[in-house]
Amino acid sequence: MSLLATRSLYKTYKQKQALKDINIDVQKGEIFILIGPTGAGKTTLLRLLDILDMPTAGEIYFDGINVTQSKKVSLEIRRRMAFVLQKPAVFNMSVYENMACGLKWRGTTGKQMRREVDNALEMVDLTEYKTRNARTLSGGEAQRVAIARAMITEPEVLLMDEPTANLDPISTSKIEGLISRIIHQYNTTIVMSTHDMSQGQRLANKIAVLINGEAFQVGDVKQIFNQPQTKEVAEFVGIDNIIDGVIVSHEDNLVTIDAGGQFIEAISNHNLGQKVYACIRPEEVILTLSQISSSARNRFRGKIVQIVSEGLFSYVSIDCGFPLTALITNRSAGELSLKRGKEVYASFKATGIHVVGREIGREM
Amino acid sequence: MGEIWQGFLKAIELIITLDPEFVEIAGRSVMISATSSFLASIICIPLGSFIHFYNFSGKRVVINIIQTLFSVPTVIIGLFVYVMLSRAGPLGALEWIFTPAAMIAGQVLLISPIMLGLTISALSGVNDVLRDTARSLGANDFQAIMMILREARYAVVSAFVMGFGRAISEVGCALMVGGNISGFTRVITTTISLETSKGELELAIALGITLLCIALIINIALNRIQQR
Repeated sequence: MSLLATRSLYKTYKQKQALKDINIDVQKGEIFILIGPTGAGKTTLLRLLDILDMPTAGEIYFDGINVTQSKKVSLEIRRRMAFVLQKPAVFNMSVYENMACGLKWRGTTGKQMRREVDNALEMVDLTEYKTRNARTLSGGEAQRVAIARAMITEPEVLLMDEPTANLDPISTSKIEGLISRIIHQYNTTIVMSTHDMSQGQRLANKIAVLINGEAFQVGDVKQIFNQPQTKEVAEFVGIDNIIDGVIVSHEDNLVTIDAGGQFIEAISNHNLGQKVYACIRPEEVILTLSQISSSARNRFRGKIVQIVSEGLFSYVSIDCGFPLTALITNRSAGELSLKRGKEVYASFKATGIHVVGREIGREM
Repeated sequence: MGEIWQGFLKAIELIITLDPEFVEIAGRSVMISATSSFLASIICIPLGSFIHFYNFSGKRVVINIIQTLFSVPTVIIGLFVYVMLSRAGPLGALEWIFTPAAMIAGQVLLISPIMLGLTISALSGVNDVLRDTARSLGANDFQAIMMILREARYAVVSAFVMGFGRAISEVGCALMVGGNISGFTRVITTTISLETSKGELELAIALGITLLCIALIINIALNRIQQR
């Protein structure tokens, strides 16, 4: 049985549908990450999971209990969870008092409370700030207090809404370190939202991709990033090459896709005549100045239309009958003397292509 | 002009020597106004919290009515309390008319709209995220409200101070329901009114200076609270 589950969950704010038919299952000890663009409904879902808001329709189950059945049950369940909101909100009181309030509200007082607060302050390395007003802390420090304040209550589920949003890289790294420690030391089940996909990849056991209030795909990291089930997910996880086509031949799962007169070979079990998207990660594309013999099933000649340098890498966009982007190192771009208008050969393997059916709709 | 100057000097003497009549009147004023402010805050802070935190139909209308009552004339409140507490009135059996209790009741009615309005405004000034934070940390409704009141404490104290200021400086209601009885219901404002009409300015000026000092202290306190 899942520790936390939603069934046909809907949330409407006034006329706007914020969440549509959300069905997720979070297992005990799992790190479940919600990814999606801004406004996708991640915060709304976390607020529903923490029972801060009530769903318009559908059910939320915590350990098999329907959490919305009564106010008393909602409070009892909420006390088994903790929620770190996106903007670290600290009360206008000392760091110590901030840390202690969750315990006080649960009836813990005296020596036990002091000991637990001291331990939590040590965990976030903020012992020397104990008596300081929490409002005077920096954003990163306040977020560490917020996380420790949540963890001090020993929640079975820790909900976090983009805990590293708007933080500088050093603070982000400290918060990520803290989250990793929580995962390893406390084995707490975590449900966290982020729009930082690399963070999602680093931390997640399972990922749900939310787009426009819908969970387009739920799966493990590999499934989400390498086998997106829809064009929307493919776009969101950074697959730059999404090529429209129709399957024109099918032989032992090796299919040929007609992409506007150019033919792409890929591994897929889609049927003949089916309209598909061929999804190719830019790092799968190899550029050469001449046609070479290789095991790659797909080789195209094209002209460079744009080169965009990002850090150590360059995104090279080629027109080879369809637009194709390759990710190569700046050094390779230099050695090949790549520039706009230059003719190159692009190759990629049939196994490096993920084919998504256009009519498939979304799968969970 | 000389008469006024003489009155002023005499007033200073009354204050410095702590003239028994002056001390008694000033003390009674502070006691009655502090009591009414305290009672009004007991009513208004929970009621203001309820109005702020709970949604009900007509909430906006209620807030508009409260704001309208900010400037209700003191004589209207005095008239209302008089009608209620006079021997023939519905609460006549309490025998409060022309007693400090009637004055306190009148002042509570007078300052309640201000305290209510300012409490609601103080709570509205607290970011909703803090309420969510409290609830997410396991606070029940009461604990969350207490935490938000604590966050708004300086603004809520300002509401109390503003209420006290209005109570101690009003004259209409105190005169109508207190009766300005010497040694019993005579307070600063009613004494100033009476002594001035008699042409005896010393005590009136002394009490006027005292009232101004109280207003100044209230203002300083309010500024310091609002600066936090």
